[in-house]
Amino acid sequence: MSRATITVLQFLVAVLALLFWHYSTTIPFWGNNKPFVDPFFFSTPLDVLERTWSDFASGQMWHHLGITLTETILAFAIGAIGGILIGFWFARRALLAAVFDPYVKAANALPRVVLAPIFALWFGLGIWSKVALGVTLVFFIVFFNVYQGVKEVSPTVLANARMLGMNDRQLLRHVYLPSALSWMFSSLHTSVGFALVGAVVGEYLGASAGLGYRIQQAEMTFDVTGVFSGMLVLTIFVIVIDTIVTMIENRLLVWRPAPSASAQ
Amino acid sequence: MAQTAVVAAPSHVTPAVRLDTIDIGFPERGGGYYRAVDGVSLDVAEGEFVAIVGPTGCGKSTLLNATAGLLKPAAGTVLIGGTPLAGLNRDAGYLFQADALMPWKTAIENVAVGLEVRGVRSAEARERATRWLARVGLKAFLDRYPHQLSGGQRKRVALVQVLILDPKILLMDEPFGPLDAQTRALMCELLLKLWSEDRKAVMFVTHDLEEAIALADRVIIMSAGPGASIIGDHRVDLERPRDPAEIRHSPEFGRIYKAIWQELKTEVIKAYEQGDQG
Repeated sequence: MSRATITVLQFLVAVLALLFWHYSTTIPFWGNNKPFVDPFFFSTPLDVLERTWSDFASGQMWHHLGITLTETILAFAIGAIGGILIGFWFARRALLAAVFDPYVKAANALPRVVLAPIFALWFGLGIWSKVALGVTLVFFIVFFNVYQGVKEVSPTVLANARMLGMNDRQLLRHVYLPSALSWMFSSLHTSVGFALVGAVVGEYLGASAGLGYRIQQAEMTFDVTGVFSGMLVLTIFVIVIDTIVTMIENRLLVWRPAPSASAQ
Repeated sequence: MAQTAVVAAPSHVTPAVRLDTIDIGFPERGGGYYRAVDGVSLDVAEGEFVAIVGPTGCGKSTLLNATAGLLKPAAGTVLIGGTPLAGLNRDAGYLFQADALMPWKTAIENVAVGLEVRGVRSAEARERATRWLARVGLKAFLDRYPHQLSGGQRKRVALVQVLILDPKILLMDEPFGPLDAQTRALMCELLLKLWSEDRKAVMFVTHDLEEAIALADRVIIMSAGPGASIIGDHRVDLERPRDPAEIRHSPEFGRIYKAIWQELKTEVIKAYEQGDQG
């Protein structure tokens, strides 16, 4: 099976699905004047495209996209830095890790969505309540990976580094940190994804701007075209971010034996 | 435990390494205590190449770890150049059996890092690392990561990573074990060539008797564990420089091999029997 054939077939699936959608929502059915599927509930592909285009042309979509992006980046950055610091600290202090273990597990077990209203109460309807929600998601992924990364340093590599004359600070820099970061980077897709989930879900549950807010507003007015348009933009946004993450990952993990296809 | 007299270096010269009646053990899972090494005494003179041979699991590596200071013996002393060892052995370079290169560093970074942590400027460290890697035929592979190198190439990087620091004592734990026979022969040749340039004291652990005789000045035989001890000490009077691949065919080699093998064989069988029980 050649690459080209697969691409053509993939393309064909999209075209067929769109055609089906288009015809079932626009072409009158059996002499009846109504189409097979009511566009009120399912909109039509052309309407969705048109709406998306006009939203971008008028500049409003850029504004909402910008808000969501800002929240995602802030949630990732704060969550990742927190996760790295605490992860390191716990991995190097066995007592601390043992004492806090049940609390960390409990906190991670909590479905974070229920925190969204509380964060809205604490941090208001602006970006910070969404950032907070994203941070609670990102933190634990990074934390667990960094913790594992420090713990799983090969004892031979460690013994060798010590024999080469490294002191504790140098071990941290040349051995522990690279190992921990490699674990963190291999979970980059998940953690960036969760930062975005935090932002969108937060917006959806109460906000004044952002992609989640747009979708929620459209749903409130039964504007199916608006909902689908929001989903389209969100999907493209996620694909773009994911591609960028893959590029960053390939750069940072060149030393890894197999490009991490499993980290998806 | 029976103590076998060990051929010591002339007493008026301080040996590079002296192990004085060393016991090493580990707490076992379930509360027991495993005696790995029992009452081992060994002198390694300056510039002497000593190979330690014994059945698998007899505590050969444990002995090296104690000499490196990675492991504290339960009893007895380790003297390095006449001084009791406390903490890590700063005079020793250690070539491990398993891959010990930092996988996130390129070949040149792996070799240079030891100098850098000793305060050598980065540019100079890299220059010296390049020279060392060139000496072992890896000039074209400076910027490769360990996973991009073959097993033999990784071993050569690991070897110069240790040698660039110019240790007085070289500890080698079955360093060529995982390699195929041809690569192994080439590595032995390379090792002898580098060693002959400035003879360091070497403790070379192997389970391959042929390799031990081909390389070493002395072959130490260890008994099967637990409670392993030294049961044989043979001088190898083959002349240097040697070609480790060719020397195996000489009649001298055959004679030494036969003598040592007789001793080793009983221990190997003993180790097998103990393995069957466990």
